[in-house]
Amino acid sequence: MTSWTRAQIGTLGEDLAVDHLTALGLQVLDRNWRCRYGELDIIAVDDATRTAVFVEVKARTSDQFGGVEQAVTPLKVRRLRRLAGLWLASHDGSWAAVRIDVIGVRIGRHREPEISHVQGVG
Amino acid sequence: MTLGRAFSVAVRGLEGEIVEIEADITSGLPGVHLVGLPDTALQESRDRVRAAITNCGNTWPMARLTLALSPATLPKMGSVYDLALGAAVLSAHGKTEWARLEKTLLLGELALDGRVRPVKGVLPAVLTAKREGWPAVVVPVDNLREASLIDGIEVLGARTLGQLHAWLSGKAQLEERIEAPTSAQEPEADLADVVGQCHARFAVEVAAAGAHHLMLTGPPGVGKTMLAQRLPGLLPELSHSESLEVTAIHSVAGLLSGDMPLITRPPFVAPHHTSTVASLVGGGTGIARPGAVSRAHRGVLFLDECAEIGASALEALRTPLEDGEIRLARRDGVARYPARFQLVLAANPCPCAPTDPSDCICNPAAKRRYLGKLSGPLMDRVDLRVHMHRERAEAFAAEAGESTNVVRERVNSARDAAAQRWLEYGIRTNAEVSGVLLRRRFRLESAAMAPLKTALDRGLLSIRGVDRTLRVAWTLSDLAGRTSPGLDEVTTALSFRDVGGAQ
Repeated sequence: MTSWTRAQIGTLGEDLAVDHLTALGLQVLDRNWRCRYGELDIIAVDDATRTAVFVEVKARTSDQFGGVEQAVTPLKVRRLRRLAGLWLASHDGSWAAVRIDVIGVRIGRHREPEISHVQGVG
Repeated sequence: MTLGRAFSVAVRGLEGEIVEIEADITSGLPGVHLVGLPDTALQESRDRVRAAITNCGNTWPMARLTLALSPATLPKMGSVYDLALGAAVLSAHGKTEWARLEKTLLLGELALDGRVRPVKGVLPAVLTAKREGWPAVVVPVDNLREASLIDGIEVLGARTLGQLHAWLSGKAQLEERIEAPTSAQEPEADLADVVGQCHARFAVEVAAAGAHHLMLTGPPGVGKTMLAQRLPGLLPELSHSESLEVTAIHSVAGLLSGDMPLITRPPFVAPHHTSTVASLVGGGTGIARPGAVSRAHRGVLFLDECAEIGASALEALRTPLEDGEIRLARRDGVARYPARFQLVLAANPCPCAPTDPSDCICNPAAKRRYLGKLSGPLMDRVDLRVHMHRERAEAFAAEAGESTNVVRERVNSARDAAAQRWLEYGIRTNAEVSGVLLRRRFRLESAAMAPLKTALDRGLLSIRGVDRTLRVAWTLSDLAGRTSPGLDEVTTALSFRDVGGAQ
């Protein structure tokens, strides 16, 4: 097996996260939306409850630097909230609720990647 | 169940309050949120508890952990809650309810490797637990001796967090109560070492018998400090309840030694003359900690070179002298510490203080200023004032003076006589008797009162001065084995007040 670059790991993680969200019945609107303040990994919508879901994806191949969820610091949560606001401002549509999720993808421990989904972090 | 619950004790001053600690694990980004007015040391306990739990072979929850200490409005400080926090997290994370955890108070600080470290204030905390009817307390093993002083409650000592964990699930035993050895009499300075000074020696004996305050003045090297240091040796042993009071104060101050936790001898506290007000009466930020007056509770507070002590520090002693306790208000509340001490002052007569008073070169103003720091209200509370003089030939006498043991026998019998007499009024020593009682129920015959009447008429003595002289006279009669003071005792007592301002 060839070793992967970090960008490849990240893209793989995001692909897996999109599969996970779709399986949950969410519709993915946008991926890797960028603006001058940063990037939102996945923007999805839960049609049943009209909820906009902004997802931060964290992909890891080892736990050497702490768990997947611990990589999301309070500072990062704050940035995600700001980016979510910017995205909502630049897009039309009315939402009943807005939510920020974190999806951790742990690759390499088992044959299947493990996905952990934390809802409503900030 | 993702909720764990444990109990601990918050000690403020000498009073304790039960604190309930809850740990709740919910989904969310991993993090620990500690609520319930923690101070910095308690905020840091998050990191200590986490390291201790992982190093004891348990896992730390990868989720949002909320730790709540209630009552939420009570400010909590210190590291004493570590053990209870750790047990609450273990209970919440393991989804287990331990019957033992519900019925036990936990006290102790955690080291990163899971050892349980000793904390301050264990004795008042265990007393609170007993009063509130808790069946058991777990304390750090190093504090076990101190906690074992309290009967009527199960006391257990934890060595590590892992040991506590095993005990909670019934797999291991904690250390049992240690019966403290009866404190051996430590060798004390003997009164026989003091050369000569019959008058001052007698004054110390009277002070010990009646718990009167004492002031010694004299040139350097005559034995003021030596005499004062021998006063606690003359006092009787503390009763069990007094011992616990004194030990509780020392526990809060963090001054107890590990192997001899119970203080049975009256403490002797001699602060340096540069001491500040806060170090004398107690102080500190947040909640006040006990000062020298509280550490000297039921014992002797000796202020050497009292003329060098700041006037404000001396004046701060007036309220504790009167009330027998001190209340200190700080940001986080009012702490009340008992402070019923016996004051002993020692000073030189003037700044230059030559061996022979006639060689003094101080000008009168300097002399007056020197002892003038001791204000009237403070001096009025001192019943026995003694001028000590230089000893001459007796210094080389082959025969030593009376030893501490001999004098203590007399002091004990005098104290017993006084205690017997004042029993029905709830008073134990002559120094605490009220003036009304002295002047009405225990009025002396008019012949004995004659010198007091004269002094009062000539304006040399205040009404309070009369009361205080009478108290000393009662002590003198107790020492002499008489039933009530006669003319001799009253005149001697009056001489100790040095009426007429001979200074």
